Amino acid sequence: MNAAALLLRYLSISLRGQLQYRASFLMAALGNLLNCLIELAGIWVLFDRFGTLSGWSFAEVAMFCGAVNATYAIGELLATGFDQFGTLYVKTGDFDRLLLRPRSTVLQLAGHELSLRRLGRLLPGLVIVGAAWAALEIPLEADRVGLLAFAMAGGVAFFFALMVLQATMCFWTTESLELMNILTYGGVETASYPLPIYHRLFRRFFTFVVPLACIGYFPIVAVLGVDDPLGTSPMFQAAAPLAGFAFLGVAMGVWQLGVRRYTSTGS
Amino acid sequence: MPQIEVRGLAKTFRVAERLPGLAGAFRGLFHRRMRDVHALDGIDFDIERGELVGYIGPNGAGKSTTIKILAGILNPTSGTCRVDGLTPWRDRRRHVSRIGVVFGQRTQLWWDLPVIESFDLLRDIYRVPPATYRDNRDRLIALMDLEPLLDVPVRQLSLGQRMRSDLAAALLHGPSLLFLDEPTIGLDAVSKLAIRDFVRELNRDRQVTVLLTTHDMDDIEALCDRVMVIGNGRILADGSVDGLRRRVRNERVLVVDYDSASEAAMLAAEGEGVRLVERDASRVRIAFDPERLPAATLIGKLLAQGTPHDLFIEHPPIEQTVAELYAEHDMRER
Repeated sequence: MNAAALLLRYLSISLRGQLQYRASFLMAALGNLLNCLIELAGIWVLFDRFGTLSGWSFAEVAMFCGAVNATYAIGELLATGFDQFGTLYVKTGDFDRLLLRPRSTVLQLAGHELSLRRLGRLLPGLVIVGAAWAALEIPLEADRVGLLAFAMAGGVAFFFALMVLQATMCFWTTESLELMNILTYGGVETASYPLPIYHRLFRRFFTFVVPLACIGYFPIVAVLGVDDPLGTSPMFQAAAPLAGFAFLGVAMGVWQLGVRRYTSTGS
Repeated sequence: MPQIEVRGLAKTFRVAERLPGLAGAFRGLFHRRMRDVHALDGIDFDIERGELVGYIGPNGAGKSTTIKILAGILNPTSGTCRVDGLTPWRDRRRHVSRIGVVFGQRTQLWWDLPVIESFDLLRDIYRVPPATYRDNRDRLIALMDLEPLLDVPVRQLSLGQRMRSDLAAALLHGPSLLFLDEPTIGLDAVSKLAIRDFVRELNRDRQVTVLLTTHDMDDIEALCDRVMVIGNGRILADGSVDGLRRRVRNERVLVVDYDSASEAAMLAAEGEGVRLVERDASRVRIAFDPERLPAATLIGKLLAQGTPHDLFIEHPPIEQTVAELYAEHDMRER
């Protein structure tokens, strides 16, 4: 069975397991839904008070917010095994079990759990994107939709990579550090607003170090069809999501270092 | 060529020394003293295809470290190891697809999944061809009597049931080499016997090579032709179970039962190669060295002194042998 088919097998098993605990699933999904709506309400309150945000309309900002939430939800959906890696695998020594199987550890961890409650963030995120699209009367063209899908794919790779990096630290610290939440939850919050409102140092950081803007702001500016106040070219905007995949590549390399450390210390 | 070839294998762990008390723990945050622990101190051995080898030693002797290195999930500090031509930790994925590993302390199955679904998932993970899988699965289910357990989630199994399922799971892909790390730990007598029978048949009928670690010397006596003893990271003895006994102390015990205590009291048991162990009412236990004094000669002497109603010869329990070996080694170390 190839890797993709095996991943689907893992995930379907995880789904069946979760559906056994219906109440727990519904509550958790509801919690995620509320979280996402409160975030949007926060933005709306801001706009209700000030009208625009340095030239950006509420619907435009909603597009950033919806897209990053939906993207993050998919990344998190696939990376649950990495999110809980320290407590579930390193502390217990269960990582040995994954190493004893003739498959990549990343594949096995991605298949650990398809956490359905993340749908509580994915669905409203997609609805917000759709509503903003309609409100802004953006023409429904294949290249715009394609670019949004590409940006989201890059974003999924980006957030997945963050979770992998968070998990990698557990090889040294054993327990998951909340440190990465600054970049995951904090990243979602940050990418919900257009990049030009931030300080220059922040913009550089989120473009060149942790390429959050490359999977959010830049391609979405192209989708919106507005001129970027930062002056980037449409070519750059369309290619920017590649940075998400490159970031994932780096994270995979770092992960291998972590695995090597684990296999030489045995803990 | 041996199936497993181990040369000069060493593993050193660096561990932080813990200072006592809360204050010590705080100091440890800033200043750490590291200490090297030599879990394996250069070990060598070969295991031929089809052997069933017991691997014993006190806790912390290096048994699990050896198994982990052989299984490819731990890198040694130095030394070489070839298993079927592969270096386990360099070719991890290829290597683990050919071996089976069972840890008595920890299940390899999915806690929430029914046994049969764990099996099906393992088929996909190991890419077992459907026909081979069906054959192996059905045979293992029959041998381990798993039919009634197939739909039970693993978390609801008893320890014995779980162990049987784990063993079956480790063999679905038909490995030619099986590592068993304390497979009988905590099991009741019936389950232990079932596991032993199964391992013996597997080795005899399928020529699966087995390396077994255990603290239960009955496992060793029941199963292994060869036993390796490890202590302080070194192989202390490697050979047959009888050879091990001879090496430590070549002694057997003759137990003689008389009809009355007065008859037993009369028996004189002294001389070259003979030692009286205990005299208890009508029973006398005499230790002797069969190389210096053959059993027949000893019995002849006893019969000349009176007529016992029963007599038999005991091996010293292997526990005692092994305990003596450990003690002997510790003394040398210090």
